Amino acid sequence: MALNPGDFEYISKIVREQSAIVLEKGKEYLVEARLTPLATSENFKSIADLAQQMKRDVGGKLIAKVVEAMTTNETSFFRDIHPFEVLKNTIIPELIQKRESQKKLSIWCGASSSGQEPYTLAMLLTENFPQLKNWKIDFIASDISTEMQKRCQEGVYSQLEINRGLPAMLMVKYFQRNGAQWQIKPELRQMIDFRILNLSGRWPLMPKFDLVMMRNVLIYFDVPTKKEILRKVRENLYPDGYVFLGAAETTLNLDDKYERMNFKQSGCYRIKDCL
Amino acid sequence: MRALVIDDSRAIRLILGQVMKKLGFEVVDAGDGQEALNKLKSDGPFDIALVDWNMPVMNGYDFVVNTRKDSQYNDMRLMMVTTETEMAQVVKALEAGANEYVMKPFTKEMIAEKLTLLGLSPE
Repeated sequence: MALNPGDFEYISKIVREQSAIVLEKGKEYLVEARLTPLATSENFKSIADLAQQMKRDVGGKLIAKVVEAMTTNETSFFRDIHPFEVLKNTIIPELIQKRESQKKLSIWCGASSSGQEPYTLAMLLTENFPQLKNWKIDFIASDISTEMQKRCQEGVYSQLEINRGLPAMLMVKYFQRNGAQWQIKPELRQMIDFRILNLSGRWPLMPKFDLVMMRNVLIYFDVPTKKEILRKVRENLYPDGYVFLGAAETTLNLDDKYERMNFKQSGCYRIKDCL
Repeated sequence: MRALVIDDSRAIRLILGQVMKKLGFEVVDAGDGQEALNKLKSDGPFDIALVDWNMPVMNGYDFVVNTRKDSQYNDMRLMMVTTETEMAQVVKALEAGANEYVMKPFTKEMIAEKLTLLGLSPE
């Protein structure tokens, strides 16, 4: 479905107001890709019709659906691979050593989308660090979208999704097939507390974290919001904890209290002078 | 890097071959498992073989079993690319020595991600 400039401008404004996500000119394709399925399922003939109805949407239900559709990400298991190699080989072993006396680890995936990232991390921990079985693991995964939170809790994936980045060996071990879909096993689902959280809004009281995954989400926000999010992440991070951003994201010119770790393409940061 | 694409469908050989070429591989193809075994000898070595399951003459599973019997192919990765989606089939292929498993339909991204998992990072 094609998108005219006026409707793009209107939808961008609404999405920005509701979620602080910036849709610059040139992102028309993204709006078309995300809203065409919604327009179809809501019985609109075009995105223009959908936009017209949004203007009359007093209760805000349709607008909420549009914002939800626009803030959902395409993703895969083990996305970009490098961060997970660094976690497996360096960061998790280091954190285990440092937290040995308390036997407690706290992890937050800040933009869990449909759950591939938190479940990747859950598989990585279960598969490689059996000693954590006796630890207290506080594992929170949050997303702005209620639909995504529900999806994450169910842990159900289509064949297309299960094919994306998931080693076959782990699929066999940690998923069960239900008809045409694949569901992650209960023991992994129960590891994670899935919550709704708008990164650009007011954050609830959260524990301090050893590890924060905040990958490929800052790119959607304007500069003041990026700064605010990075500051709040820092405040919720143990001084010797780690943050992962997307490979193309940076704290540079946004927050000078972070330093990038020298791990190949992993987007790993920690707080400066943490030692 | 070199890839052997094995599928009895000419269309799939063409599409998968193009995907692999775009990902930086030199591609040779075969229409069944027996022809693939012959090409391993005549055109090898290959870094990876992408194997369909259901084929005439010799199916993909038997190709995997036969290949894994021969130590000279130990380093070659084997990836099933098939319409077989039962969990038991995936387990059977992995136990026979397949390194990865893709359920059709596939996309270039899917193949690229699986290659990365196998240490064959696409260009």
